[in-house]
Amino acid sequence: MSADRIPWDRPSASWDRPSACPESDRIIFEDVSKFYGEVLGVNRVDLAIPPGITTLVGPNGSGKTTLMNLLTGLVQPSRGRLRVLGIPPDDPERLFRTVGYCTQYDSFPRALTGYQFLYGYLRLHGLGHRESDRLVWEALERVDMKEAAHRRVAAYSKGMRQRIKLAQAICHQPRVLVLDEPLNGLDPMARAEAMALFRELAAGGRYLIISSHILHEVDRISDQVIMLTSGYVVAEGQIQAVRSEMHQEYPMQVLVRCDNPGALAARIFQEDHVVEVKIHADRKGLLVSTRNGGRFYELFERLVLEGVITVESVAPADEDVHSVYEYLIGSEGGAS
Amino acid sequence: MNWRLWWRQLLAILRLEMRKSFSGKRAVVIYLLAASPIIIFGLHALAVDRGWSRCRGNEDWAVYATSFQLFYLRLAVFFGCVGIFMNLFRGEVLAKTLHHYLLAPVRREVLVAGKFLSGLVAAAVLFSAGTLFSFLLTASHVARLRNQEFLADPLVGHLASYLGVTALACLGYGAVFLMMGLLFRNPMIPAVAVLIWESITVFVPPLLKKISVIYYLESLCPVRVPFRGGGGSALFAISGEPVSAWLAVPGLLLLAAALVTLSALRIRRLEVNYGAE
Repeated sequence: MSADRIPWDRPSASWDRPSACPESDRIIFEDVSKFYGEVLGVNRVDLAIPPGITTLVGPNGSGKTTLMNLLTGLVQPSRGRLRVLGIPPDDPERLFRTVGYCTQYDSFPRALTGYQFLYGYLRLHGLGHRESDRLVWEALERVDMKEAAHRRVAAYSKGMRQRIKLAQAICHQPRVLVLDEPLNGLDPMARAEAMALFRELAAGGRYLIISSHILHEVDRISDQVIMLTSGYVVAEGQIQAVRSEMHQEYPMQVLVRCDNPGALAARIFQEDHVVEVKIHADRKGLLVSTRNGGRFYELFERLVLEGVITVESVAPADEDVHSVYEYLIGSEGGAS
Repeated sequence: MNWRLWWRQLLAILRLEMRKSFSGKRAVVIYLLAASPIIIFGLHALAVDRGWSRCRGNEDWAVYATSFQLFYLRLAVFFGCVGIFMNLFRGEVLAKTLHHYLLAPVRREVLVAGKFLSGLVAAAVLFSAGTLFSFLLTASHVARLRNQEFLADPLVGHLASYLGVTALACLGYGAVFLMMGLLFRNPMIPAVAVLIWESITVFVPPLLKKISVIYYLESLCPVRVPFRGGGGSALFAISGEPVSAWLAVPGLLLLAAALVTLSALRIRRLEVNYGAE
């Protein structure tokens, strides 16, 4: 496992380095470290997070929650500087008009109903009764909890508690949403609805920072990923860009289904960037490992045009979060 | 300075906190502590009414004054304030619910003020009720004994003093335990230390007596209770002149203000890290 950072991929990544973008439209970490006594939380983190869905990926104890708590002012950095769209996290009066945080903590004030929980939170914003009431019902509707609104939170199932926390995070319509394992405890239907909601919110120009262990779901919704291990950021940016930076160490794998894999294998094996070719047992496909995806696809297109092969399908086999996670963090992670 | 917003947020915090203060298992203990003098003097009034005990007029008032200063203030109000004020923050940390407040757009100083105010209202309401009803129970049978008007002069003044002292006790002890709840991971140890200090102030020189809440409270009580310790301990008691109300009241108010300010400074550095608790 390598702890070296993978640099930003400028042409394809939509983010920029901290100094290159205005503070007011990025979530910025500048050389941020957090130590809990002798224990490292995160170390020397530099990020400039753009709008869209950014997923934090890493094993337990890698620093995902610390990063989120730093961003929301629940813990203070030991070193470095943070700004959330230009707002310092130690100014809660401004910060939490812009930020909503769905924490991992599964505890609620005693004896409150779901409605009272959200209503009390909105009154803390200084909103009046009518406005608070309206926003509560809007949020409850978005997370499909209207019918359980007047039941006590203590009587909710795990999935319902997760949804009411999500409702609290979104009820004041923040621009930045920080969601710590928001899919935990949700059934498949609720997960699909939650992910649709995240996409909808991101499409509206919001910033969503999500941590998750469920990598195949992360893969489906993320615009960017931040990979962490042992408190260090080991990769960041769009997943394809991150993957392409790793081609020397971990050659890219491409899965091809075609009518003549033998001919294709013979041609591409002459290229110096191709590391390995495996023909499938059914002789209708092959798996190519290459250190230069661009050159491989150029050659591949030429062969198709020349009629050497007839292609059924072609797709990258390891250009997803799970593969990158496996390469960078490996078996120490507990992600699924 | 957004005073209007802070006022609305203060009211929102009060609304949330009052519900917690007056309900739940912990509140039952506070109710019992607040009701303890009502139970004691109610039983005494019942005994007098049934002829099992005699009402001795002035002696009953002396017993009331002694019980108010040595039991009610030093133990019932003290432990009631421990239960209410220490849990304003420490209780939320243990229940892992403090982050709900810290994730709202509320200045942490406003949060401290709102929580302290809610604790103060709850404590003052409950313990003043204990003072009021226990006083009225004593007054009723003394009035019957003397065949005089209920709450004849100077009893109204005494009642007002006892109520004022109760409210100031809640304020003073409340501010002390609010700060302890924020400063210490296990605030029971410093609470016991304060209890011991408040109990031994009778033996310390006058200058040191001034570093205690009870000294100012006793100075404000309408009836002075001489120390009558058993086992010869009275020999070691050092009497101190009571402080005038003009010094005691502002002194307690200033002490409370200073401690709440320190709590507000402390909470600015507070981190939510329940795992470490």
